Amino acid sequence: MDFAAILSNAFSELISPTTAAYALAALGLAVHFGYSGLLNFGQAGFMAVGAYGFAISTLTFKAPFFLALLIAVVAAAVFALILGIPTLRLRADYLAIVTIAAAEIVRYLVTTNGWTAVTGSANGLAAFEGGFFEMNPFPPGSYPMGMNNRDFFIRIVGWTLVIVAGIFVWLLMRSPWGRVLKGIREDENAVRSLGKNVYAYKMQALIIGGVLGALAGLIFTLPRGAIQPANYGTELTFFLWTCLLLGGMATVLGPVIGAMIFWVVLSLTQGILSGLIESGIITWLSTVQAGQLRFILVGIALMLLMIFRPQGVFGNKKELAFA
Amino acid sequence: MGAVFASVLAILLVIAPASQATSPSPAPSPSATSSPFSISGFLRNAGAALPDVKISVSGEGFEASTTSNANGSWTIGVPKSGTYKVELDESTLPEGVALAEGQENPRQVAFGQTSNQTTIFTFGAGIVVQQGNFAQDLTNRLVAGLSFGLLLALAAVGLSLIFGTTGLTNFAHGEMVTLGAVLVFVFNAMGLPFWLTLLLALVGGGLVGYVQDAGLWRPLRRRGTGLVPMMIVSIGLALAARYVILFYFGGATEQLPGAQSAEIQLGPISVSPNNLWSLIISAVVIIAVGLMLMKTRFGKATRAVADNPALAAASGIDVDAVIRVVWIVGGVLASLGGILWAYYRPGVSFNMGSQILLLIFAGVTLGGLGTVFGALIGSIVVGIFTELTTVFGAPADLKYVIPLGVMILVLLIRPQGILGRRERVG
Repeated sequence: MDFAAILSNAFSELISPTTAAYALAALGLAVHFGYSGLLNFGQAGFMAVGAYGFAISTLTFKAPFFLALLIAVVAAAVFALILGIPTLRLRADYLAIVTIAAAEIVRYLVTTNGWTAVTGSANGLAAFEGGFFEMNPFPPGSYPMGMNNRDFFIRIVGWTLVIVAGIFVWLLMRSPWGRVLKGIREDENAVRSLGKNVYAYKMQALIIGGVLGALAGLIFTLPRGAIQPANYGTELTFFLWTCLLLGGMATVLGPVIGAMIFWVVLSLTQGILSGLIESGIITWLSTVQAGQLRFILVGIALMLLMIFRPQGVFGNKKELAFA
Repeated sequence: MGAVFASVLAILLVIAPASQATSPSPAPSPSATSSPFSISGFLRNAGAALPDVKISVSGEGFEASTTSNANGSWTIGVPKSGTYKVELDESTLPEGVALAEGQENPRQVAFGQTSNQTTIFTFGAGIVVQQGNFAQDLTNRLVAGLSFGLLLALAAVGLSLIFGTTGLTNFAHGEMVTLGAVLVFVFNAMGLPFWLTLLLALVGGGLVGYVQDAGLWRPLRRRGTGLVPMMIVSIGLALAARYVILFYFGGATEQLPGAQSAEIQLGPISVSPNNLWSLIISAVVIIAVGLMLMKTRFGKATRAVADNPALAAASGIDVDAVIRVVWIVGGVLASLGGILWAYYRPGVSFNMGSQILLLIFAGVTLGGLGTVFGALIGSIVVGIFTELTTVFGAPADLKYVIPLGVMILVLLIRPQGILGRRERVG
């Protein structure tokens, strides 16, 4: 069993673009749930809207990179509006069911055979990342940790985006606007009685978190150079919730660290389990089953976190969106 | 049956790439050519392989064709990654077999990062060749929709009872549905007689309901855990349970005994015996549950707890006992719903419950959260909408989208659902 390889794999997960994407999306969820108390179970849908919005405008409409990026962001904002209008006046559990349903609707729509020409159906879309990598300022060559210039570039962009988004959310939440939002989380009626338009604030929060989700979808899909609709199922949303709750829901650092812990632990368990299987110490597991075992652990971790440490690693118990 | 099977198969193939990828049985045979890239697939109609069907691939300055082998599988090696046009020669299909509606032919297949692309053509047993009579189609779909709606209602009534008495939105209910079907499959594989497997699966469902309540939800209620954290706990439970089932059961889709049956003609309606049985069984069970709720002392106690737990406790009702029974009944109903769903799809797979979880939620929400008869009506509406969409020309792979859209629209107009009580929400 090669511990050095396992550790270096786990360490590379720490800064991988997928981790950055999870961190961004979980940050969006923090805006939704941690700061505003909105139960959004459709973050995977926002990611899908962002990714497909970018890919379709690049492939079908031949839009240049920044226009496609703008379209992806606007699409996510529109999606948030469509979701918010019927649900933001409803009780929290209705919002949860409607958002999860809307995310699935998006996934079904991009999978349907009728629009294969545009969405690529179940096979998804590919070869739309050219515009992004053309802007790569780093010359080809070898970079730290065996990366090439593409890997290096996407990591720089991804994590810069995470940092900028983190600072943005942090500034927002200590502004007067953010204080109203936290007030809504604590007691909606009290804020309403102060003459604030609660509905408008919730809608703005939904849009901001959703746009972060869409950017996450982009960072998730650019390094792969392909989108597959199966990646945007409800499980993705649940993993994002696990990241959020791991770190702490009403914090800026929480979702980021949560995503890092999530991926490092997944990589470590996979490495150790398959190492044990290969060296014949564990015989009652196949490698495929080892992969499944990890997700059983994710589920159990989510339950235990919620029961025993709902504020997460960094959270403050007073800042919980629920009593 | 053929039409239902073909459309269900088409849906499954399209919406469940995960199970498809892990399913070992219909995997295309490995390429014999030395080309680094290949396009492959398999041709099956209602479970039977279609041999000797001609398929041609062209694109990237390359052209080749092949015929499917005895297993119905085919592979064409291509020299490089890119986009290819794949065409199935429909004239080489056996008599009475045609591509299912909405199947693109020829179609574009683009390579992503993998060296093998799978593309699947789905078939209907001669359903496309001739559109059939609209009225007849409508009644057939209505019956199928009613059957589907009632099996959804089995699970939805349990979910609604649990929500009504404890306030919990249980995302793990889908896994309880899966469990019923998996248990029947497992006991059947052990060689037990069929009636006993059904009985054991129902008992198993009830037991899981009881254990869940006693081991998890009751302690959480004792701690005074809020409803939103409990909802998130149920998501964790759903995730863990789904992968536990995958761990032991595997990713393949298995069939229960008697899953394939020819349609029978009942007057103007043609229906498969399985759907008919499913319809009758779920109707009888739901009526029984309804009678229990309305006529018995226990039913009255349940409604009292749903209305106001504190007041019910003050008037001498053992709230915990009521909730315990509600969980057991919910488990049994979900289990039964799962068995019927396995015959309706048809097939048992680890994610079959999570596939209909949202439709169950849609039924419950449409009817009004926490109202049992609302759940029944909502589920029937969802079931019928699901089946009727194809009659009115919606593509078969979108038939689960329409009921979800309808749910969102109804919430816009009537947030409390069809039968829910009006209360101030936001």
